[in-house]
Amino acid sequence: MSEIAVKMVGIRKTFPGVIANDQVNLEIFKGEIHALLGENGAGKSTLMNILTGLYKPDKGEIFLDDVHVDFKSPKDAIQAGVGMVHQNFRLVKPFSVIENVMLGQKGSSILNIEETEARIKGISHRFGLEVHPKAKIWQLSIGEQQRVEIIKMLYKGADILILDEPTAVLTPQEVNDLFKILRNMANEGKAIVFITHKMHEVMDFADRITVLRAGLSVKSMMKIDTDTSELANLMVGREIARGRKNTNKTIGEVALKLENVSALNDKGLLALDKFTLEVHSGEILAIAGVAGNGQRILSEAITGLRELTNGKIILYGEDLSNQSIREIIDKGVAFVPEDRYGMGLAANLSVIDNVLLKDYRNKKYGINFLNSNTTRAKAIELVEKFDVKIPTVDSPVKMMSGGNLQKLLLARETDIDPKLIVAVYPIRGLDIGATDFVHEILIKEKNEGAAVLLISEDLDEIYKMADRIAVIYEGRLMGVLPVEEAKLEVVGLMMSGTDVREGDSNV
Amino acid sequence: MTFNMLIAILAAAITSGTPILFAALGEIVTEKSGVQNLGLEGMMLVGAVSGFMMGYLTHNLFLAVLVAALGGGILALIHSFITITLKANQVVSGLALTIFGTGLSGYLGKPYIGMPAPVKFEIVPIPILSKIPVIGTIFFNHNLLVYFSYILIFVLWFYIYRTRQGLNLRATGENPGAADSLGVNVFRLRYLYTVIGGMLAGIGGAYLSLASAPSWVENMSGGRGWLAVALVIFAVWNPARAVFGAYLFGGVEALGYRMQAIGVTVSPFFLNMMPYLLTIIVLIIVTINTQHKHIGEPEALGKSYDREER
Repeated sequence: MSEIAVKMVGIRKTFPGVIANDQVNLEIFKGEIHALLGENGAGKSTLMNILTGLYKPDKGEIFLDDVHVDFKSPKDAIQAGVGMVHQNFRLVKPFSVIENVMLGQKGSSILNIEETEARIKGISHRFGLEVHPKAKIWQLSIGEQQRVEIIKMLYKGADILILDEPTAVLTPQEVNDLFKILRNMANEGKAIVFITHKMHEVMDFADRITVLRAGLSVKSMMKIDTDTSELANLMVGREIARGRKNTNKTIGEVALKLENVSALNDKGLLALDKFTLEVHSGEILAIAGVAGNGQRILSEAITGLRELTNGKIILYGEDLSNQSIREIIDKGVAFVPEDRYGMGLAANLSVIDNVLLKDYRNKKYGINFLNSNTTRAKAIELVEKFDVKIPTVDSPVKMMSGGNLQKLLLARETDIDPKLIVAVYPIRGLDIGATDFVHEILIKEKNEGAAVLLISEDLDEIYKMADRIAVIYEGRLMGVLPVEEAKLEVVGLMMSGTDVREGDSNV
Repeated sequence: MTFNMLIAILAAAITSGTPILFAALGEIVTEKSGVQNLGLEGMMLVGAVSGFMMGYLTHNLFLAVLVAALGGGILALIHSFITITLKANQVVSGLALTIFGTGLSGYLGKPYIGMPAPVKFEIVPIPILSKIPVIGTIFFNHNLLVYFSYILIFVLWFYIYRTRQGLNLRATGENPGAADSLGVNVFRLRYLYTVIGGMLAGIGGAYLSLASAPSWVENMSGGRGWLAVALVIFAVWNPARAVFGAYLFGGVEALGYRMQAIGVTVSPFFLNMMPYLLTIIVLIIVTINTQHKHIGEPEALGKSYDREER
């Protein structure tokens, strides 16, 4: 464990207006699992994209096995044995595993399927990467698809494997399996780097850790020489408030009631299966689960975007089931959709128009024609109240950053004093400042009596925010637990499909 | 209906189906790379007129077919530039190409209307094979272009599904982002296969003006380009399946002529309508059958590829 595989010295990379990396040093040894830890926007992905030849650094040098290298493209990097597994898999879905592995490879014109299959089996066997070579990608689970990506890199002869947030899409059990495989690879002398912002993964699985903050490499250390609080401080550069954000108990009467709600996904398959749930006023109920288990369908069913095939949705005694979206809005339902850019806001419209999208029928903006003075005043009021950073209220929202978009969306949605807020992955892609802001707004609305249904895949967020945690798996409710009683392991088991409901834990 | 007549109709099905087959094979290659080219009709017409002109001037069939392919290819090149480089909407560009091709062929062909072709593809029975009863008459008693299409089907199928280049082609149409990240040049391949598709459509056109009815008539493709577009869907983007579709359409067309010949008193307009009616029926059935399966349509079909966009 002492031979250096990769050495990056004094790396600097700027994008227009942003310094993504500056004076970054990184050493990766053969046979180790190295965690690259940092917040969103700390420059982790940029650094790895430099190492894999996607970006060219403005300054700095890279050495592989003490030899200076200069990658002009990802091809060069792959040839030098550096492979990366991206967050969004680069797989061709209708192709088999074999075809995906063969794609882009040099070799004879006529495909030699048997030989490739044999080599894939060899690699799978050696590292415990179990996957059926003839299976088509679309038939595989996310965890298996990730294995295919790893096999692809190993097939190309990668000795240094970089994984960008590999656990984001996996269940806790799949995460364990993944790191078992990575450990096998490290034991054979390969160097493994994984990018993450999750502290517990670092503590559980890494040998060494490098922390990046605001584009700088802060410190590298062995895991055994550090602890989570030191890492957190290095990451954020200040003491972060651990623990709960939602501290007031304000739970009131039942606001939203789902009774045996079923709905189909776009492919016409059952995606929400007899879902029964209650959300109280003054309560944040978090839906935990691995993305893609029916969360989006659930949010769309409640907000009227998706037809129910079964069951009832009731808000304060009024039936919302299969009502029109307008009627549901009028009953006080606010929606923060998963895709804030595509569904929440209209990218090419101005801030004013986006603010008006929901409330344009209100008489105060004019009877038949919109009064541009009042609409402008409203937009300015909300922008100031929510501290949205924009040049003018006339500029199209596509110019805004993710955090500001989300603020604007929340400003519009909470302005109507909602009785129910459905928020789907509201902090996805936001930095810590914007995340805090979003959470404050949700907690404020909750304290004022709104029922909040928070759909999240980030357990840290859920534990900070939720009064109760409900877990969804393959469209079914796996149980509801008050946050005080919800052990992480239990929630993890539920997220992977174990029904742990017993007695009356379902409040 | 006698047995001999049935055989004659089957042979005629191949004769009438071949131009559609060429165009459909070309479109399959193009669409496999993720580019939809609805300009088949225009490319066929340009192929037909340029092939006829070249045949008229040089009396050389090989050169005529070559020029027909070039004509279709040049039109496809325009489509490539508009949709791949400029990233414009493929449907709009394709429709424009059909209108342009129709107009251009009409303009170029004006002096040649009514002139007989000095050379044409004659029937060349293949020795021995054509003597096999039934099969010989149906399959091996045709002109050289038909035999060329037989070879082409096999070559294309093998190329698409069994070679490295074919794998790259399919990946380009399914997930250009993944292909690009693995070093496949998406832009170059899309250009290449769009032009090849246009060339095959051009040959399909030449078949009309040099084999089926050796002459130039304005608008002589009569919607066959559109039938080929439908045929690609019927064939679920597989060249081997396109054969059956092409001969089915050809068979219906041939049947129409035969029925008129033996004096069946159905309106000839109705009989002429048959292939198009069949198209609609076939499309409905195929769409219902393949809707929820992961086969067929390349996922990135019709979408411009932009490396910066995610």
